[in-house]
Amino acid sequence: MATASVLQARSAGFSFENCKRNALVEANATDLGLRVPTARKTGTTICGVVYKDGVVLGADTRATEGMIVADKNCSKIHYISPNIYCCGAGTAADTEMTTQIISSNLELHSLSTGRLPRVATANRMLKQMLFRYQGYIGAALVLGGVDCNGPHLYSIYPHGSTDKLPYVTMGSGSLAAMAVFEDRYMPDMEEEDAKRLVRDAIAGGIFNDLGSGSNIDLCVISKGKVDYLRPHDEANKKGVRVNELDARPQAGSYKYKCGTTGVLTKAVTPLHTELVEETIQTMDTS
Amino acid sequence: MQNTRGLRSQLKDSVPVTGLCPQAGTYGVPDTLRRGFSSVKNELLPSHPLELSEKNFRLNQDKMNFSTLRNIQGLHAPLKLQMEYRAARQIQRLPFLQSSNLALDTLRGSDDTIGFEDVLNDPELSEMMGDPHVMVEYKLGVL
Repeated sequence: MATASVLQARSAGFSFENCKRNALVEANATDLGLRVPTARKTGTTICGVVYKDGVVLGADTRATEGMIVADKNCSKIHYISPNIYCCGAGTAADTEMTTQIISSNLELHSLSTGRLPRVATANRMLKQMLFRYQGYIGAALVLGGVDCNGPHLYSIYPHGSTDKLPYVTMGSGSLAAMAVFEDRYMPDMEEEDAKRLVRDAIAGGIFNDLGSGSNIDLCVISKGKVDYLRPHDEANKKGVRVNELDARPQAGSYKYKCGTTGVLTKAVTPLHTELVEETIQTMDTS
Repeated sequence: MQNTRGLRSQLKDSVPVTGLCPQAGTYGVPDTLRRGFSSVKNELLPSHPLELSEKNFRLNQDKMNFSTLRNIQGLHAPLKLQMEYRAARQIQRLPFLQSSNLALDTLRGSDDTIGFEDVLNDPELSEMMGDPHVMVEYKLGVL
């Protein structure tokens, strides 16, 4: 047909074709009584601390979708390279895809240079990508690892700014976790002290923030060794209610004992059945 | 048709407005046959704040890199590189087929990086294809 138009080359990457249509639908959705689906966020507490020999990263394990818990045990500590791990808060898909892309790029880079990747490289790659998308990729990250220059810890915000600090927290429970850090952080801690500190910081976020909950995951990175402890501490077991002050399980049982309801009368009618017909159908078991 | 002008003029710094500045239409008239129907409302504003910056991203990066290279090594370096880019860009398949651009990727250094352009909306997997005859005629200027 002569009216066929010549197709312009489709560019790869993000496509903005449906943005106008989506804006229109969103504007008219409330009139029609529809709800726009929300993205799944991790509504999180993540934190990290630098200790004597390395870095300890911690995260809770709850993923929320609005007011509903979408995943009771999701893994928020992502692998970037054998010596670098990254915790992610914000939109779950964004943190997942961003860390996977950076992990692939870092692997290619380390194959090209022939050296173990540095945490500063991962930090630079992440901040350049997040700045390019001007904060539309909602990924707030805590990046930690040990390389040839020692242990490093960075926090990366969705718009692309980064901070290099000895202890960082991110996510909706970050204030609760930071309160614990500000009280008890000391430079050059031992590994056990650092693990206990991170565990308590995440627990502070879990018990004081609605968006965080379930278990506590830890990742201890030191020179040549990574301990991925998942779960390190099951702070919220399903079916067990623990009062933090008493530390006694107060799970209520809602089953009624046998004999709670008094029996007034009892009538038993036996049903007699007669065998009328019996047929056998063989199964084809060949 | 190859755009033989410099980098700066290739930047798309605005979304085309109907009737005012249609892109590369003959005699300055909107090209309905090639661009389809256009409505003023749709084309007045970009549909997303990132749309323009993403369209121009590679071009802007190249501009920045070439200007840094010129400041460090002198005019010959970007000149030579741009000549190689132009040569590599000409290695293409037929107009309606997607080419791998391997030489161009190697020159740019994007053969050992992965980005969203490798994961999302891969042109090789696109569901629509231009009509082969029409596209070849357009390329040859016969249409």
